[in-house]
Amino acid sequence: MSAAEIPAPRARRAAPSRETLVNAGLGLALLVFGIGAWLLDEPFLITLATKVAILAIAGAGLNLVLGYGGLVSFGHAAYFGIGGYTSGILAHHALNYTPMFEWPFLFEGSTSMPLIWLFAMVLGGLAALAIGALSLRTTGVYFIMITLAFGQMIFYFAISWPAYGGEDGLPIYVRNGFPGLNTLDPIQFFALAVAVLFAVLGLISMLAHSRFGLALQAARQNRQRLMAVGIRPGGVLLVAFVISGAITALAGALYADLNRFVSPSMLSWHLSGELLVFLILGGTGRLFAPLAGAGLYITLEHVLGGVSDYWQFYFGLLLLGVVLFARGGVIGFLTGGRHG
Amino acid sequence: MAEPILEITGLRKSFGALKATDDVSLDLRPGEIHGLIGPNGAGKSTLIKQIAGEITPDAGEVRLRGRSLSGIDAAGRARLGMARSFQVSSVAPEFTVLQNVVLSAQGASGATFRFFRPVMRDAGLLATAHDCIARAGLSGRETVPAAELAHGERRKLEIAMALALKPALFLLDEPMAGMGTEGARALGDLLDGLRHRAPILLVEHDMDAVFRLSDRVSVLVYGRIIATGTPEEIRADAEVQRVYLGEEA
Repeated sequence: MSAAEIPAPRARRAAPSRETLVNAGLGLALLVFGIGAWLLDEPFLITLATKVAILAIAGAGLNLVLGYGGLVSFGHAAYFGIGGYTSGILAHHALNYTPMFEWPFLFEGSTSMPLIWLFAMVLGGLAALAIGALSLRTTGVYFIMITLAFGQMIFYFAISWPAYGGEDGLPIYVRNGFPGLNTLDPIQFFALAVAVLFAVLGLISMLAHSRFGLALQAARQNRQRLMAVGIRPGGVLLVAFVISGAITALAGALYADLNRFVSPSMLSWHLSGELLVFLILGGTGRLFAPLAGAGLYITLEHVLGGVSDYWQFYFGLLLLGVVLFARGGVIGFLTGGRHG
Repeated sequence: MAEPILEITGLRKSFGALKATDDVSLDLRPGEIHGLIGPNGAGKSTLIKQIAGEITPDAGEVRLRGRSLSGIDAAGRARLGMARSFQVSSVAPEFTVLQNVVLSAQGASGATFRFFRPVMRDAGLLATAHDCIARAGLSGRETVPAAELAHGERRKLEIAMALALKPALFLLDEPMAGMGTEGARALGDLLDGLRHRAPILLVEHDMDAVFRLSDRVSVLVYGRIIATGTPEEIRADAEVQRVYLGEEA
């Protein structure tokens, strides 16, 4: 058998070509929606599409540990918020001409997105390293609870830290810049968010197919077996957790720029829960699940929210339906794949 | 006599008042199948787990090719060539047969933290995997998810994964459990051929298979080895007949 005949690894046995088609359709739908809104001169809808793209990036970060590694993290808002505050704080210092620190060198903050993203990812990754190293000693429900606890710790820290707005949050007066783009133009910021989303999804696809990804997916299925072939699950899961934290922090930085505002709500457990809901809706462990889930969630929030103040009740019914009858989520349903 | 591959001396493990392993010593020599039998609850699985590094003994030592394994965990021992199968088949159920064996070959290679190249296009790992799958008699089943394999095939998959570890020895915990007569015989023939690649410590309930395949047999009762010898010697041993074989007759 030649290498070309060997099928690519996949976690689920969905028909590969069909899932690829669904993925392409989802990506295209997002682009068409954003560009359509631009042609119709509907900046609000462009912003909505941008929000979907950014939340999908955060969901993609969570998907790496939850979908591929089987770790139910209920504290990913921590990394999202850390990314958001990185953006907010760096911009705050740069815009107010109050240096962040003067020693060992003068640092005045920044309004440059690439630099902010780098900081956000490093800080998000470091937070995930610390939290992951402690949390990964537990499994199951305890893991869920301990990640939630760490998330809440950071949430309350942000609330009680007056220097950067405390409970009131921190505004970003002018959206941070990206070389060559006018980020204040909604369609340009949308294009930037979509480009980052596709880059992140490409990265996750590459990871999932690598040696690391094989071990990560084996850790989800059978840790005992992974040990027995000479691979320690702990290290593999921790590396995934760090990458996941960095990606989610990147999404947080973009989200702060989208709203031009950061507040502790970005760190709240509601957000951790929303990210989980995206993946359940979209189909946990599928590459494009976060996009499908975030898209559906934001659409329903918008549409049902217009019909009833109690839209979350109807949304709850839908979620129940998905969990009971379509466990592969939207993507599992569209590809006709096995229930996960 | 050739140096033993695996050498166990004075191994002890207690759970409260229960002596699960009571001063066990045995060895595994090149090219042999060493059968380990004993009634239910004799401590066979506990012994295997101590050898594999999944639980730590209270006293005693396990040596692999003369090297002490104290302080080395299960993953480390696997990388030294200790290839284990489990009493209840333990594979990655969502992976295909090929992915499972590639995972094992990857473990043996020691290089897991590689993030860029697709693992299922790694020519070296694939060559090893296909070779092991063929040896285990699973050719043609490469793309089937492990969860959809028949029971006997999953046993063979575990053998293929063990082979991909470049084993120094096999630690097989009841590989024939739950298999029909026909399947057990076929698997026995497979094990018979494997002993020349690496010696096998075979824990098995199927007496016929143990006596047919083993060069030596050890009998474990209440955590103690009461006899070790050739199948003929064990059959003739009065003590063994009394506490063990006699019960079944």
